[in-house]
Amino acid sequence: MITEGHFGEYGGRFVPEALIGALEELEAAHNAAQKDPAFIAELAELQRTYTGRPSIMTEAKRFAEHAGGARIFLKREDLNHTGSHKINNVLGQALLTKRMGKKRIIAETGAGQHGVASATAAALMGLECVVYMGEEDTRRQALNVARMKLLGAQVVPVTSGSKTLKDAINEAMRDWVTNVADTHYMLGTVAGPHPFPTMVRDFHKIIGKESREQMLALTGRLPDAVLACVGGGSNAIGIFNEFIPDTNVRLIGLEAGGDGVETGRHAATITGGSPGVLHGTRSYVLQDENGQTIESHSISAGLDYPGVGPEHAYLHDIGRAEYRAINDDAAMAAFELLCKTEGIIPAIETAHALAGALIVGKELGPDANILINLSGRGDKDVQTAAEYFGIPL
Amino acid sequence: MTQLDQVMAKVRQENRAALIAYIPAGFPSQSGCAKAIQALADAGVDAIEIGFPYSDPVMDGPVIQEAADISLNGGTKAADVFAALKVASSTGVAAVVMTYWNPIAKYGVEKFAQSIADNGGSGVITPDLTIEESDAWIAATAKTGINPIYVVAPSTKDERLKSVTAKTGGFVYAASLMGVTGARNSVSSGASDLVARVRTVTDLPISVGLGVSTREQAKSLAAYADGVIVGSAFIKLLLDAKTEQEGLDAISHLAKELALGVREGR
Repeated sequence: MITEGHFGEYGGRFVPEALIGALEELEAAHNAAQKDPAFIAELAELQRTYTGRPSIMTEAKRFAEHAGGARIFLKREDLNHTGSHKINNVLGQALLTKRMGKKRIIAETGAGQHGVASATAAALMGLECVVYMGEEDTRRQALNVARMKLLGAQVVPVTSGSKTLKDAINEAMRDWVTNVADTHYMLGTVAGPHPFPTMVRDFHKIIGKESREQMLALTGRLPDAVLACVGGGSNAIGIFNEFIPDTNVRLIGLEAGGDGVETGRHAATITGGSPGVLHGTRSYVLQDENGQTIESHSISAGLDYPGVGPEHAYLHDIGRAEYRAINDDAAMAAFELLCKTEGIIPAIETAHALAGALIVGKELGPDANILINLSGRGDKDVQTAAEYFGIPL
Repeated sequence: MTQLDQVMAKVRQENRAALIAYIPAGFPSQSGCAKAIQALADAGVDAIEIGFPYSDPVMDGPVIQEAADISLNGGTKAADVFAALKVASSTGVAAVVMTYWNPIAKYGVEKFAQSIADNGGSGVITPDLTIEESDAWIAATAKTGINPIYVVAPSTKDERLKSVTAKTGGFVYAASLMGVTGARNSVSSGASDLVARVRTVTDLPISVGLGVSTREQAKSLAAYADGVIVGSAFIKLLLDAKTEQEGLDAISHLAKELALGVREGR
């Protein structure tokens, strides 16, 4: 059962008391905005004239030849301004930040997509922006660091812990506890304390809304399966949400299997983790027998996170969505295949969903229609991909 | 009545504040931790908080983060926390554990409370457990007779202070400022405002933490608070010491100074 701030036994608020006031203020601002025609109109205008919504739907015919003959449709969130779905959420949160009278935003980023999107929204709306990024990720995603700086953001490399997304969130929360009076924490995924999982979903559910209409228009029926990659899970919730009542539509989240779930070096939180509390919410967590978080591993910086949004944990437990792990090598094979069959370079995160489609397509057979959230473009991943495929730079 | 309740009653009778020291289990080493606890007790602290280090301590500044890393790299587990708790309580001081919620949830909520009681512990400070998520924990602490100690912050509204302190036992942990743990040059004026606000909603003792490191600060807090909590300052001394003995001598010296401070405030 979904109650205020909880998804079954998941979700909630596990945060220092110092943040409760800010979370309550944010929840109230979000609830009011969702009912305010002026807010809705302002956001819709930005989506149309700035993001470039609605994003188009592309049928991937040549790619589909490798997926058992099923028809495959790509929801092109990669064509949004800033190159991923992340812009949907940051524009909404930036408008809320202004409504709350705050002047400064902080954000965490793994791959850099959310950091770039946050820096973009901050520039657009005249807000100060500080982005926390694991030092390891600043190396993997140097191009995005430069983009954030060009956009006027300050990028703070985080050197604690595993030096990746998890530690960037820790550092952002420490900043927030200290500066909460004038600062909004622009969390980039459907995790964290209430209201973040609900609010971030609300800003992304336009993906599923558009997709449902586009699929009906293109094929005359609902898709048989909807696939998306899952790190924290924001693009997946965004495209799943509209289809949750359509129980004939299978919802499949593809987690980062890294070197393989059996090796322990992975980021497949639902597949290989257990219920626990991390970053203010109860969900699945990669943890040891003492409740210490285990470092995750993935070739994709954006999926390299040992937690997952609480609504995914709930959808998994009630059996409404399924979650599978895709190893690094399978993701990179699908990455290459999409490049060479469709002329689209996907984000490595997204490549996990593409790899999932190659498997699910064969399971469902040639009559199936499969919808994939093409959540981001791969420009930022060119260096990682070149290294992986041995292309000299 | 826990040992902590007794200590807080005693210092109220003596018209002074209690000195409460924090040290993570397994820091600076497993054996070093026991020695540090003994040194603190010998120097006159009234209560000791044993930290159960956690991989993602969002309320802690760099000093306690470093100590937690050292402890976790040394393999600290729940059993080591309970062992340290036992060492502390056997010195005669009140002993509590401070930890984030996930290690408790993973260990088993009721089992954790029982282990605290079994090892002479008086209670547990849970900085990221909100009262809304506390039903199982409140039941477990009531059943085992230990104090559930909650933290309140300068941003906590009066109405909420009432509901948080209604669930609290032992003392109310008042965070002196908006921020993470770590020594500050001055203790924020927000501390006295917060303590005054808490006084209006509860008769529980109130201890102030975050940013305290000197005798002068302890003295000024003791003027209006029932307890003064010091953590990062001790840990910094242990981190900076060239040898373990040097570190133990340094924390002993600081604890003696602070023990004077909490007696000079009124």
